Amino acid sequence: MLLMTILVLPLLGGTAVALGRGRTWSAWAAVASNGGALALGIIAAVRVLREGPLSGARGTLRADALSVFMVIVIGAISLLASWLGVRTPARAPEDGHRNPERSAVYGVLVQAFVGFMILAVLAANVGVLWVAVEATTIVTAFLVGFRRTRGSLEASWKYIVICSVGIALAFLGTVFVYLAALHAGGHSAHALDWTSLMAHARHFDPSLMRLAFGLLVLGYGTKVGLAPMHTWLPDAHSQAPAPVSALMSGVLLTVAFYAILRFKAVTDVALGPGFARTLLVIVGLLSLALAASLLIAQRDYKRMLAYSSIEHMGLIALGAAAGIRLAIAAVLLHILGHGLAKSVLFLTSGEILTAEGTSRIDGVRSLVARRPALGGLFGVGLVALLGLPPFSLFTSELVMVRAEFEVGLGWAAVLAMVAMVVVFIAVVGHARHMLLGPAGPPRPAGSSGVTAPPPRWVAAPLIGGLVVCGFIGVFAWPLSGLLTAAARVVAT
Amino acid sequence: MSGSSYFSVLTLAAGTVLVCAVAILWLASIRAVISMVAVQGASLGLVAVVLGVHLHDAGLLAAAAVVVVVKAVVIPVLLGRASGSDSGSRESRPLVNVPASLVASAALIVLAFVTGRGVAHFVGTRAGALVPIGIATMLIGFFVLVARRRPTFQIVGLLMVDNGIALTAFLCTAGFPFLIELGVSFDVLLGVVVLMVLSQRLRLEFGDVDLDELQELHD
Repeated sequence: MLLMTILVLPLLGGTAVALGRGRTWSAWAAVASNGGALALGIIAAVRVLREGPLSGARGTLRADALSVFMVIVIGAISLLASWLGVRTPARAPEDGHRNPERSAVYGVLVQAFVGFMILAVLAANVGVLWVAVEATTIVTAFLVGFRRTRGSLEASWKYIVICSVGIALAFLGTVFVYLAALHAGGHSAHALDWTSLMAHARHFDPSLMRLAFGLLVLGYGTKVGLAPMHTWLPDAHSQAPAPVSALMSGVLLTVAFYAILRFKAVTDVALGPGFARTLLVIVGLLSLALAASLLIAQRDYKRMLAYSSIEHMGLIALGAAAGIRLAIAAVLLHILGHGLAKSVLFLTSGEILTAEGTSRIDGVRSLVARRPALGGLFGVGLVALLGLPPFSLFTSELVMVRAEFEVGLGWAAVLAMVAMVVVFIAVVGHARHMLLGPAGPPRPAGSSGVTAPPPRWVAAPLIGGLVVCGFIGVFAWPLSGLLTAAARVVAT
Repeated sequence: MSGSSYFSVLTLAAGTVLVCAVAILWLASIRAVISMVAVQGASLGLVAVVLGVHLHDAGLLAAAAVVVVVKAVVIPVLLGRASGSDSGSRESRPLVNVPASLVASAALIVLAFVTGRGVAHFVGTRAGALVPIGIATMLIGFFVLVARRRPTFQIVGLLMVDNGIALTAFLCTAGFPFLIELGVSFDVLLGVVVLMVLSQRLRLEFGDVDLDELQELHD
């Protein structure tokens, strides 16, 4: 019952938006529904820790510690994104005033997006997981192209074509897992259930599982944005409205990674940890190298954030490659920390874009002096993203590196640190240009001339997100039990 | 159905899926391509029907009905309606010309038979021996995706990839449980609808466009 409520809540929010024809109160109802999903996710986490995995909807939904952790991440970030999204449709460039029909479409799609992500992590069956992940591609395609500019249409076309191909490969991988499961004696109706997969995985055919896991990493990896299947990501993230970029970067990528984590656990039982580890190390290092090299000469700050997402997904892949409980716990903490920091940054960059009228790095100067609120948020967000203390990304990166050394992946950790140093220097260089320097004379035409600072209700959730990100970096206690339990689900 | 006629009908249906894929490569008119998509969807449905009758599996028959409705009727009709207004309803300048495409498809089929043999052997049934046909269809779909530049052809390429994988799934495992099959078909249908809407918006925005002219976004 609890799981069903969590799943239905965001959809109720979407219904409210549809009934309210996108009026402001209905957008706030959607925000409240996402907040409700977050609260119920926390309640579910407490119950899972006390009573063990929950199930719902006659066994179709199942929540273990890993699932509820992901529900909490999705709830937190969708709360942030929908909060800031309350005024997004009003800003669509072609109509200065609020267009009710488009606001309604926007709000409904965002809520459907959140609902499908929750379905993906609560599904008991990996086939349903696939259906949900594919559905997120479809609903977000319109959101990426929401502004209907040339760039955003191009981005959404690339996005849906590349991700559909990827997700098709993941489907083929799922077919092969199903085949292996049937041959190992699984019953057809339940052979793809997570519990049944784990129970029978020892008897899965090894060569078939190698093929299947390769396809799954390639397929879901496309959605995660791992190199070399990342090409859609910078375009989609830079063209989508800011709250959608925040949701995609903050949670959609990691929901796809959640699928890889699940299948990795099955593969590890069937093949031992070596195979999945090799594959994840390769894609992880490739992503890090690619992100680092493309960040150096980046000219667009939204694309800069997008490449940084590829970097962080690479780090997460390396952490998952290590595979021990410590590493997985750190991966999960990193998923939450990165989600918070990155979504705050994307949301702030949306405000900066509106205020400054350009997304070019060299078009924005001395932001801290001219717009202290936006500049400050962007700066602190970058500090969190770059993994400086006290933010939780510092802790999680440190622990991942430690775990990698522990399992003999020290060389990969060293390479990753080299890439991180390059990223650090590149991002700090870009940020220095954007944030610091004297205010200078008022800028000529080209800036849209908005000078008022964002209202408090806009700044509050952003500050809140960063505070939470710092808090969980310093105090582990609210999460440590959940993280350990979640890591136990999939760790080798 | 007797054993041998079961297998020959199954082979015929699966073979038709692949033949349609190759035919799409040398057809330039979008109308003809869309009718091939319909035939391919119908043959895929026939594969599921034959397997369902043979295995006495009601779920598979239901899945077959969904496949036929979605892939042989709804999607071709939608595609036809969308391309009706498309002034450039021919692939005039493909990146790879037709003879080269056919050679490539032959190579892809050989590749599919080499790589699919292991899986076919593992499945062990007579239907399983046809798995390489599904893989070949999927590979030709990928080829259409990279070698054709008109939006409608890319949608067709995606559909071929999807049909190839669906064929593989039917032959390997007699399909997924029905509810998942339903979800998968629904996702495919929605995906095609979204792509068609997008291609119409692209046409409104860019005029008659080849996809490799989309160069707005790069590093």
